[in-house]
Amino acid sequence: MGLFNNLFGKKLPVETPLDKVQDTVSSAKEVIKTDIQKEVNMSNKVKFIIDGKECTAEKGMMLVDAAAENGVYIPVLCHMKGMIPAGSCRVCTCKINGRNMAGCTTPVDEGMKIENDTPELTELRKTIVEVLFVEGNHFCPACEKSGNCELQALGYKYQMMVPRFPYSFPPKAVEAGAGKIYLDRNRCIMCKKCIRTVHVDGKNVFAFRGRGAHLEINIDKTLAAKLTDKQAQEAMDVCPVGSILRKEKGFDEPIGTRKYDKHQIGSEIEKVS
Amino acid sequence: MSKPVVATASLAGCFGCHMSILDIDDRILQLVELVEFNKSPIDDIKTFTKMCDVGIIEGGCCNSENVENLLAFRKNCKILISLGECAIMGGLPALRNGIPVEECINEAYCDGPTVSLNKERILPNDDELPMILDKVYPLHEIVKIDYYLPGCPPRADLIWNALVALLTGSKMDLPYEVVKFD
Repeated sequence: MGLFNNLFGKKLPVETPLDKVQDTVSSAKEVIKTDIQKEVNMSNKVKFIIDGKECTAEKGMMLVDAAAENGVYIPVLCHMKGMIPAGSCRVCTCKINGRNMAGCTTPVDEGMKIENDTPELTELRKTIVEVLFVEGNHFCPACEKSGNCELQALGYKYQMMVPRFPYSFPPKAVEAGAGKIYLDRNRCIMCKKCIRTVHVDGKNVFAFRGRGAHLEINIDKTLAAKLTDKQAQEAMDVCPVGSILRKEKGFDEPIGTRKYDKHQIGSEIEKVS
Repeated sequence: MSKPVVATASLAGCFGCHMSILDIDDRILQLVELVEFNKSPIDDIKTFTKMCDVGIIEGGCCNSENVENLLAFRKNCKILISLGECAIMGGLPALRNGIPVEECINEAYCDGPTVSLNKERILPNDDELPMILDKVYPLHEIVKIDYYLPGCPPRADLIWNALVALLTGSKMDLPYEVVKFD
């Protein structure tokens, strides 16, 4: 009992029942946790350099998010702000202190020197985009996500006229019996965004099945059937390609008004600076 | 100097890309001034009569005739351009690439919901008919292709800019709005 008194500076009556003690402990833990959080939030601003531009962000922030705050766009397909990074697509590869590293899984630190917009990295990223195009069945003219697709937008950004690799045309199955959405594995780029964000009753709606070359995205049809319209729309929006689509919805935006018809991906970030 | 000679063809395509060539509007008058057309659906010349400078091909290869046609273009054209998604990656015809040919043919001629009179399950088998390939191939997987113009159809400005760049020997103008995959 004396131990608790000393630790948390709270006077406990000697005869305190055990559950009361536990209450005090958990509230004290909460105080410590928020204190640590505050410390992280308040101080620890770090300076780093991207392509010669001096940037500032909170220490520990992932590089792609920190760069975006400073008006520098690093292309990314498997990440968005606030998401636990997965580093699965590698399109965000930057040269950090001389080494190629994924920008979405690397926390920024004081004095980091980052190369982002260089011919070498552009070529590398273009290659990744081309690989993603030939590894799946990406029929842009027949896809409902066309114009709003991030993979396609990166193809536009890097002016991919033709992938340098042979098309593999892998056989993939479409899962159409999942409530308000359907899952088209032909277009999946295995970014794991849906696994990390779409939940129903605290459970994952999507999951990977198989390993290596047999890896594929899978959907829990029972859970998916419970998705509301809003959740279905969010699931569709979180998918960087046209793998998750809402049923009875599609091609409802005319060509010319879609997200990437006139504006290059990342231009909204670069405009801020 | 004589005018550069242009040939065009539509293989496994829908002629949408040719429509997009016509979509250059009044610039087509300039084009006629600038180039001479040889084998092309535009002037209906069926066979090559001379060596061409530029060959523009829409559509992928889905049967033996497409392949013969493509080989003839490679032989008779100095520069070959893949025009549109079908030429570049097979396009919509390539949606059959994951399905065995036998299954496709049975669906088309025997088991499809709109087939009712083919009780004997007769399949087209005439010497005149080209043989269907195991899958739809992008052009550059069969012959060497020099340039690619994506789009479904490629924007008229993209085609025009490419032709102007080729004919004048200047660098091609590629604004963001003209390179699209749909």
